[in-house]
This record gives sequence, structure tokens and C-alpha cells, in this order.
Amino acid sequence: MREGEKDPGLYDFLPYRGRPKIEWPDGKKVAVWVSPNLEFYEIDPAPNPHRKSWAKPHPDVVGYAHRDYANRVGHWRMADVMSKHGFPGSVSLSVALCQHVPDVVEDANARGWEFFSHGIYNTRYSYGMDEAQERAIIEDSIRTVRDATGQTIKGWLAPALTHTPRTLDLIAEYGLSYTCDLYHDDQPTPIHVANGKLISMPYSLEVNDHYGFFVYNMSPRDYADTLIRQYERLAAEGDESGTVMCIPLHSYLIGQPHRIGPFEEVLRHIAQDGRAWITRSGDIADHFIGQGYDRLLADAAHQSEDAQ
Amino acid sequence: MSLDPAYLAYPHRAEGMDHDLYHWSNLFDRPPIVWPGEAKLAVSVVISLEWFPITASDKPFRAPGHMQTAYPDYRHYTSREYGTRIGFYRMLDALAAVGAKASVAVNGAIAERYPALLRDIVAAGHEIVAHATDMNATIATGIAEEEERAIIRSSLDMLEKATGRRPAGWLSIARSQSWNTPRLLVEEGVCYMLDWVNDELPYRMTTVAGGIVNVPLNHELSDRQIITTQQHSADSYRVQIEDAADWLMTEAVGYGGRMLPLHLTPYIMGLPYRIGALETLLQGLAGREGLSFLTTGDIAGCI
Repeated sequence: MREGEKDPGLYDFLPYRGRPKIEWPDGKKVAVWVSPNLEFYEIDPAPNPHRKSWAKPHPDVVGYAHRDYANRVGHWRMADVMSKHGFPGSVSLSVALCQHVPDVVEDANARGWEFFSHGIYNTRYSYGMDEAQERAIIEDSIRTVRDATGQTIKGWLAPALTHTPRTLDLIAEYGLSYTCDLYHDDQPTPIHVANGKLISMPYSLEVNDHYGFFVYNMSPRDYADTLIRQYERLAAEGDESGTVMCIPLHSYLIGQPHRIGPFEEVLRHIAQDGRAWITRSGDIADHFIGQGYDRLLADAAHQSEDAQ
Repeated sequence: MSLDPAYLAYPHRAEGMDHDLYHWSNLFDRPPIVWPGEAKLAVSVVISLEWFPITASDKPFRAPGHMQTAYPDYRHYTSREYGTRIGFYRMLDALAAVGAKASVAVNGAIAERYPALLRDIVAAGHEIVAHATDMNATIATGIAEEEERAIIRSSLDMLEKATGRRPAGWLSIARSQSWNTPRLLVEEGVCYMLDWVNDELPYRMTTVAGGIVNVPLNHELSDRQIITTQQHSADSYRVQIEDAADWLMTEAVGYGGRMLPLHLTPYIMGLPYRIGALETLLQGLAGREGLSFLTTGDIAGCI
């Protein structure tokens, strides 16, 4: 990014009309990916001077235990529902979970889920890191996921959404192909980085279960209705050019007994609809980079010339 | 700019939890639980019965539901008392109508101030759970150990004096604990606590003083969370609990007994326009085959 400037220069302006058409496999209209955050939160993390980890003095029993519920209860319930309806996960992973609760990581791997990094712990933030420190957590992420699952991570969602001005350049330099940290589009878009190719993978804060339940205070059935509306709109618009819908989840929220039933109806609806390419974020990135990236970049350059 | 190198050191990064209180365990990989009567679903009603001094304390933090305006906050002092005088009796009637036994988490001050209320609870066969002394008696790291021990011991003493029986269970205000709380509870003879919301079945924790059972009292399913925090209607609350019951009863077929805790607050759910939703909910639950109302003490195996 252009550090210190008013416009960070992350991407070109590309209006939502007249873009080169994105075609998903088998004529599907919308690429749907489900993104469980498989996380580990520390009970007594080292303090970061730029952000507090817990609202209360440690141990923050409710905060910690609520999140710990994910690895004891929520993951297993959520994962079974996803598998039942044919949805693989694209995991936003606190990579230290590979050490703390390997059963959860092994289960996700055995289900054919993809892993990308969400930092070491969700209680360790990137704010204030120097370049060497940020490289260390990227290298740690790549190594830890490879050792635990055999997979090479392709994507990044910053730990607790904490970034530095260097993050995107660095992950591209290490060969990662997508970031889930930018929310400017419903389609993948090229991102400006110093070296390499990086795209933005449409993630979502708006339909993230955390926003649904704790920002918008939705009931479980209202959240399910929200996801179906999101899906229906993006599938309809995908007639013109393929769209992306991400369903970002935390199993300590969606795996609660009053929420999982309405959520299952969402998966049933999307699976039965037929317009969805139900897939993983890395597969979307590979497909888009193979098919749309260069055309979109050329188009953006062309539009920029027109503007001048 | 850089961070202290210790920020990238991870001393607890190894298999298992990052503390010694309990081990990781997968709910779906445990021996099936069989409840009394072979019920598939145990519903535990836990009612918090709280006394908020009009002189609120912020040490170590102000309890949820406490005074909010400048002194004297008549509106919150009396609204909370409404729950104790009126709403709670509506709840007792609703429970009696379906023959359900509940666990009532009681501040010691309630027992001292309103002994008749304690007699009514005991006479109805409900369990008394210790819930600190009053709503100024919050606990968090930073509180002196002896002060915390005094809160626990006084609460147990006050409730034992009023009922003739020392409570087996404990609920901290806002489920907030210090590093010392589990050990102090063991040392004071408490058999189980309701504070940790990381599971859906009871499990055992260990302290240097011995073991204690934790019965997870799901805060997400509480009337405080759904109605006061998330601002849903009483009917929405009822539907959410019914959806939870549906799911857990189905899950119990494959995995053994499940538990559905309902944490209720008299000044929230006991209002005239909300109590009907609770009555409808309890009647519907009571009519389900394979569902039993159990106290948290029964669930912990401590009663």
C-alpha cells in the first residue's frame, strides 16, 4: 500500500458494470465458500500496546470459555452439518490450533477443507510489528500448516483483522495468492503489491456470523434469512458475471444449539438451488487467476487511460 | 516500530489447553450420558435472585443490571426489586404448573432480607445455588484472596442459615472469576460451579485443592443475552429455545443425553408481557417425550 497517503492504493476503481465476464465452472452463477474460523484464543496473552485482548482482567471467563466452546462442541456440530450438505470449509486458522487441538485440524483436513492463515493466535495482533516480526508470523504460518496438514496456504486473513502497511506486499512475496482482508467488491479483484500476484477474495463482514449476532443482534432465524437473501441476490447478478458469496463462521456462534438448525436450512437451500459453485477459496482464486485476472487488469488499465 | 520480542514467543504452544484447569475434550467423543429416567434432554432452569444495593460498587466491576443513573437510582433499584417481589413468584407458579424443579442462584443478602422468599423456594423443592453476597460482591483478578474467600464463605453461610442446608453449587456474578476462584470454591466445600460456558455437559476441573465439577450455564441462551442485550422479543426467545431443544433432542439419539440450560432473570422474564412466553415454553417442553427438568445439582451429581 501507499503508506501515509490518503488513498492507500490497494486496487483500481472498477465500477460494477462493463467488467469482463467472470465464468465459473459448469455455468454456475455464484461461487459460494464457507469459511469457518478455527481459532485458539489464549487465556493470558502477552499484551500488545495497540490493542487489548480481553475486556476483563484475565481470566475473562466468559470471553475465553465462549471461544473454547468452539473446539469442544461447536466445530463438530457445524462441520457435520456442512459435510451433510456438501459444503467444504475454507479455514481461517489460528495456526497454533495445530499444536493445541490437533484433533480439530485433522478433522477439517480429513473433510477436504482448505486452510489459510489467520495468524498464530487470535490473541496476537500484527499492530506494531516490524518487518522481521511480520515475516516470522508468515513463515510460521506456512511451516505450521504444512507440517500439520500437508497443505501450502494460499490465503491470509490477518489475525483478529490486524494489519500493517506491509502485510499485503509480504504475503504476495511469500507466494500467497489471495487476501480476505478487503471488503470493496463482490468479485475477486487484482490487488496492487510490490511483487507477485495477489487478489482480493470477497469475504464478508456484513454476513459474518459475528456481525449477524453481535453487531446486528439478529435472531438465528433472521440471520438465516439474511444469508438466503444475500445468496439469492448474488446468484441473480451472477447471470451477468460470476459473483462470490462467502459465509464466514465461528463455531462458538453458529454451532450453538439455537442457531445450527436455522443455519442448516440455509445450506440446504443453497445446495438444492443449483446455481452455486460450492467450493473453496483457493479454488476460486486459482480459477480466477487462470481465467479473469489478466483481462480484468487490462480492462482496469484501459479504463484508467479513458479517464485520462 | 517493533514489538517486544516476547510478543512472538509462545510459551504455552503445545498440545492441550494453555492452562491447567481442565483438559480439552470433544463433546461428541465421550461415553453417552444417561439421565435419570433415561431422558434424552435434561432442561435445567436456573433463576438468578439478586439484590442490588442502591449504593453500587465498581470494585472490581459493576455487576450487569446494577444502578445506572446518578445516586439515588430509584428506577433501577426498584425495577430489580420488582423481579424479586413479583416476577419471581410468576416464575415459581410457571414452574409449579409443569412440575419442574429449578435451581435458584441466590445472593446471600436475599436470604437475610427476605427469609419468607427462601422458605417458598425450599418448600417448592427447588435447589439453592450460592450466588455471592449481594450484587456489589463481584469477583475478578485483582481482588484480594481473603476478600474473595469471604464473599464465597459468607454467601454459603447466609444461605445455610436461612435454609438449613449448605449449597452445593456456585454461580459468580457475571460468571466472572479470578485465577483463585475454582480453588477457593473447592476449599470452601463447593461441589460444582456454573461459570464456564465452554461445553454443553458437566465436566471436571482440577485445582491444587482438589476437583470441582463445572456445569455449563450457556450465557447465549439466557434471557439477559437474548432479550436485554440482543433486544429480541419474548416470543423470539421462546422460538430460539424451542429450536435448541429440537436440535439437542435429535442429537441425543446418536450421542447420548444432552442438556439445555435456561438462565432466567425475574426482572427480565417475569414481566407481565413476557411471562406468558415463558409459560408457553415450559408447557411445550414439559409435553415432550424424553425430556426431564433436572436441577444443576442433579446434573452435576452433587445433590
